[in-house]
Amino acid sequence: MSFTIALAGNPNCGKTTLFNALTGASQRVGNWPGVTIDKKVGKIKGTDSELVDLPGIYSLSPYSPEEIVSRNYIVNDNPDGIINIVDATNLERNLFLTLQIIDMGKPVVIALNMMDEVEKQGDKIDAEKLSARLGVPVIPISAKEKRNIDKLVSAITDAAEKKTEPKYVRYNDSIEAAVDAAEKALEGKIPGSPRFYAFKLVEGDDAVMQAVPGARESISEAINNLEKEFDDTADSVITDSRYETITDIVSSAYERAPRDERGTLSDRVDRIVTNRILGLPIFILIIGFVYFVAMYDGDLGTSPGAWATGWLNDFISETVIPAAQEWCESAGVSEALTGLLCDGILSGVGAVIGFLPQMIVLFICLVILEEVGYMARVAFVMDRIFRYFNLSGKSFIPLIVSTGCGVPGVMATRTIESESDRRITAMTCTFMPCGAKLPVISAIAGALAGSVWVAVFAYVMGIVLVIISGIIIKKFHAVSGAPAPFIMELPPYHMPGFVTCAKTVFDRSWAFVKKAGTIILLAMILVWFLKSFSWSFTLLSEEEMGDSILASIGGVLSYLFMPLGWGDSWELPAASITGLIAKEDLIGTLELLIAAPFDMDVSEALDLLGTKMAGAAGHAMILSFFTFNMFCAPCFAAVGAIHRELGTWKATGFAFLYQCLLAYFVAVIVFVVSAAVMGAMSDVPWYSIMFAIIDAVILVYFLVVKDPFKPFRKNTEVAE
Amino acid sequence: MTTLKETSIGSTVKVKKVNGEGNLKRHIMDMGITKGVEIYVRKVAPLGDPVEITVRGYELSLRKEYAEMIEVE
Repeated sequence: MSFTIALAGNPNCGKTTLFNALTGASQRVGNWPGVTIDKKVGKIKGTDSELVDLPGIYSLSPYSPEEIVSRNYIVNDNPDGIINIVDATNLERNLFLTLQIIDMGKPVVIALNMMDEVEKQGDKIDAEKLSARLGVPVIPISAKEKRNIDKLVSAITDAAEKKTEPKYVRYNDSIEAAVDAAEKALEGKIPGSPRFYAFKLVEGDDAVMQAVPGARESISEAINNLEKEFDDTADSVITDSRYETITDIVSSAYERAPRDERGTLSDRVDRIVTNRILGLPIFILIIGFVYFVAMYDGDLGTSPGAWATGWLNDFISETVIPAAQEWCESAGVSEALTGLLCDGILSGVGAVIGFLPQMIVLFICLVILEEVGYMARVAFVMDRIFRYFNLSGKSFIPLIVSTGCGVPGVMATRTIESESDRRITAMTCTFMPCGAKLPVISAIAGALAGSVWVAVFAYVMGIVLVIISGIIIKKFHAVSGAPAPFIMELPPYHMPGFVTCAKTVFDRSWAFVKKAGTIILLAMILVWFLKSFSWSFTLLSEEEMGDSILASIGGVLSYLFMPLGWGDSWELPAASITGLIAKEDLIGTLELLIAAPFDMDVSEALDLLGTKMAGAAGHAMILSFFTFNMFCAPCFAAVGAIHRELGTWKATGFAFLYQCLLAYFVAVIVFVVSAAVMGAMSDVPWYSIMFAIIDAVILVYFLVVKDPFKPFRKNTEVAE
Repeated sequence: MTTLKETSIGSTVKVKKVNGEGNLKRHIMDMGITKGVEIYVRKVAPLGDPVEITVRGYELSLRKEYAEMIEVE
């Protein structure tokens, strides 16, 4: 027989390890409908049954997207059985979810995981007693050691075959009376388990109350009695009672050995790692180490990540592309097609794929830190700082990663549970100067007489913009998502499993490759087309780029950028567009457009262009060009990553526009302020000053005013 | 009224009541902070917030603003 089995459990209970042990290599990763939570499905080894991995959750309340996904799946997709994996070393909290799952009325088998750890501590668990009290089979397993996996499979297959309904756990009389009343009120009005929804109705769960309007009012008497008796709200009474029952069950089935007074090894490690004094230095050391392994390339040598990426880039540009070119020539492919293939697709997508080795190294480091349990500690250590910006400590990792490359940076936001923080971090972490922006920084520093302050400016400004955005975007409720409180489990440290790490690294890398093959490919083709063809669709040589469609678009856009001091230069807007392919292309384009024809390097050419366009304020204009390009929308690869995290094109479009607008505002202000500092105000056009003032006012307005949209909302007075 | 926020590091207290409402209270209680449970305050983060507690045998960190909602004996 083939069944569909759901795998449910808390975060950090070994669910991924068990999923891998049960399904082996037969996995498909997709998305749950409507949300960017990974959905993994696999075939259980030795059977025809399918295993669906539900997101890791603590409860079945409808507050987080993970909980809603799990709940809807169990109710609507009607799986034949549920394996509820439970961490035996953390039994009480894990069983809270179990009690709710049991109420859903499906055949349930409990996989009592981490038995090896329990035994190591000298504890004993009476699985039969546990099973008798919970009313469902309990199989003690160890996913890590693959112990009793076959028993688990036969138990769930058996339960699914017989459609065994769990024997429900009973609570005190007042609760049961209210639940009975609720069951009657809901009868025939809602699909799925009557008992689960009856509980949810008593708890005042919004989803159920909306599905059956008036039902809660009809049982208000029973609820009032309950709330009066226990002097608390109904949902709190139920939660209290569930945990009371759990405490009772666990104390009867769990025999605890005396503990080592120094605490477990994990405790001892933690005492040092998150120590009040040592915590921050250790954290900086670890982050520094990851950075050195994955990104560093400088005086001290080359890191494995940077080396591998350098090698792959060289391989693509020196071997693959020339080979393709040669092949095209020998096969007589037309010049336009050759250009499209080599110049557009291969070098464009190649530039993105070139980052892959670096990203794999980075993913390995991050997965190990995650699996070991250190990521939660990073959030713990950094939370105080990020609170100021309306974010939590968890946002820190993506920012650090983004200083290497924005794509893995955006993807690293996956580990942030709070939907709102996750989205804001994904939208803003590319403000950090990434590796591809470094050539831009050095070219600009050259044009501004070699000032090291350009680099300092870029990093400081990046952080400032992230901070500002944390405050501003939270006010756009439509895009920022539901907030979640910072209450976070700090899982015990443990050795990461090789298979689990390898699988995660593979999944994330593959997601990146897939993206390079789709959205980035399309974007590359488009920009290549724009810069290689004139309006009459004749193919242009590199020297003729001035006649390209891109150039005329740049010409139109130049009006837009006049307040930034760019004058009527079409080259600068055009270069900014190519910066969307890869930020280092900015310099390549400028080289092609303004430097090479006059035998200059980019820095000199920029200096000259600045003087031509903005006179004495030339350096201020270079700074505004720099500011805009550092902080406007990142390259397409990163935009693609942002889209993947945000889920909808609407949100992605918002992020894109927000970044560009913010960069524009800040660039105008930077232009005017720096011109004033340089004493070149006489060459600053009047509209720049006007724009700078307006932009500053808008920014301050959004930062300071609590509800910036209030004056624009229609019918506010009527509603009030 | 004493709350978890005022509890000194290294001491163990018993929860009397969780105040607040809606999502937040629910979330705190779902994590096992319910009436009568014992909480051991382990430590505070290097920058003074959040705190780390042991509840029901596992480690939980929460910001002081939420700790303030938890009434203890």
